[in-house]
Amino acid sequence: MNVEVTNKEFIELPSMNEKSNFKKTLKAIRKDWQLYSLLILPLAHYLIFRYIPMYGNIIAFRKYYPGGPVYGSEWVGLRYFKMFLTDPTFWNVFKNTVILGLEYLVISFPFPIVFALLLNELHNQLFKRFTQTVSYLPHFISVVIVAEMIIELLSPSRGVVNIILKHFTGNTINFLAEPAWFRTIYIVSGIWQEMGWGAIIYLAALSNINPELYEAAIIDGANKWQQIRYITIPGIMPTIMILLILNIGNLMNSAFEKILLLYNPLTYETADVISTYLYRMGLEMNNFSYAAAIGMFESIIGLILLGTANYISKRLTETSLW
Amino acid sequence: MKVSRGEKIFNIMNIIIMIIVIIATLYPFLYLTAISFSSEKYVYAGEITLLPKGFTMKTYQVLLSEKLFWISYKNTIVYTLVGTFISLFLSTLLAYPLSKKHLKGRGIILGLVVFTMFFSGGLIPTYLLVNALGMRNTIWAVVIPGAINTYYVIVMKTFFEGLPVELEEAAAIDGMNTYGILLHIVLPLSMPMMAAMTLFYAVGMWNNWFGPFIYLDKRELFPAALYLRNIIAGAQQTAVSSGSNIGDLEQIEATVKSAAMILTALPIIMVYPFLQKYFVKGVMIGSLKG
Repeated sequence: MNVEVTNKEFIELPSMNEKSNFKKTLKAIRKDWQLYSLLILPLAHYLIFRYIPMYGNIIAFRKYYPGGPVYGSEWVGLRYFKMFLTDPTFWNVFKNTVILGLEYLVISFPFPIVFALLLNELHNQLFKRFTQTVSYLPHFISVVIVAEMIIELLSPSRGVVNIILKHFTGNTINFLAEPAWFRTIYIVSGIWQEMGWGAIIYLAALSNINPELYEAAIIDGANKWQQIRYITIPGIMPTIMILLILNIGNLMNSAFEKILLLYNPLTYETADVISTYLYRMGLEMNNFSYAAAIGMFESIIGLILLGTANYISKRLTETSLW
Repeated sequence: MKVSRGEKIFNIMNIIIMIIVIIATLYPFLYLTAISFSSEKYVYAGEITLLPKGFTMKTYQVLLSEKLFWISYKNTIVYTLVGTFISLFLSTLLAYPLSKKHLKGRGIILGLVVFTMFFSGGLIPTYLLVNALGMRNTIWAVVIPGAINTYYVIVMKTFFEGLPVELEEAAAIDGMNTYGILLHIVLPLSMPMMAAMTLFYAVGMWNNWFGPFIYLDKRELFPAALYLRNIIAGAQQTAVSSGSNIGDLEQIEATVKSAAMILTALPIIMVYPFLQKYFVKGVMIGSLKG
């Protein structure tokens, strides 16, 4: 397609000197004006709802008055940054965010891979399809319903988990009021919801592995384990690396909505993360500038994490996002 | 080909693991369903584990008379229809021109679009903007700010790039303009991909509670997901007491709660298996370009 279009341009513009470059651009725009016209609405959307809020982070350096300009007026410099950097609550939520993100990444990351590998080994196609279909279900369910399921299952008075616990130990645990249990609940429910969905990408990667490799390995006498070790895993390694980079980049982005639905002052000690703290500071206490300063800090750390993960992966495995 | 003993054992183990996965995935749904069909006294006595006890439809009858639930259910349908349409419309308008590699300035536009995946303005500036635009307490605050998902746009763009150019070229020679080509040639060829995108956007809107939660104050505007959230907040007793949107919802019993959850999840549960082929392909297209 590309080649043909360029050819046309060559025919229409035989003199390819520098002067005609501008003319060429103009001509290209005129030729494609209908395509450009399609872009107007979506680009306006990006400008208004993505780039203006990005600029709006300037509120972190300004004092905000209700009824005043949207993004504040009076310049106060780094005041709000100094404020949260010396706020012990901030450092607690920062620590929680990092621990929760790291634990979730390390524990949940292998699940979709193993699940995809096991699915790939199923011989009955109907059973395989059924298992896959069922495994996608939780991904489509509202986090509100997932939270309610957790609350019902773990209810100290009537939840099935505590019924079983009581049967065996005689005691019950009020899971959602215990800081020590929060991370486990968060991680297990996250795996429950996303394992099947996460496996799709790996299944796609698995189906791209050349079957001749397996045939050759079988002729060479490789057993199942050796096939997986020397063909399958290397075959899906680039996919694993890309997803690992993306997940590291998202390390600080906890499942904000789920936490908001499941945490309470009793579990703040472990459950409160940057985004929930920011939410309370901003939207419940109306400290917009303070919350925006925290938000900016969070975004920049996310960007640095992504860049670093990408760089390391590029050096080590030659796989990268850009 | 002969199957070794080890492999046989592995295959059996594998099937057992998969059955455990299936049970673990479905159990919470069955549990909520069982609660919704049980009599309250058994629920509160902690006797429900898998099957309903004291089977009753009363809960659903109670829910039928819960006017606010049906208003919010209707709101969810309206928000999902309007929101999905806007999302698909804007995403297509963006993805199609970006799929034309000869387009001048394509790289810059693509860069600006993709950058928003890695760096965003954040909650507070967006919240203040939406309020300043006067969208508070309107449907627009729910359907407009998050209308375009950049990841889906990339998926659509990649799909459009893979379509055969010959048909578009032939139509152009016949005098069809770009809009006609997009509407009559490209979109009909893209139906499987558009089906996946429709599902993704529709599910996102159907499940959306946080946007409505921060931008809507009037109960008559709440979608079902937010209605459910407020029940949970009441039950959790964690809600800030000054919040105006909790109140008497706290009193709703576990059985009614479960019934409301089931009714809200049901449309999605019934639709997604039939679109599986399409959304799996959608995810796979996305994974190529990541």
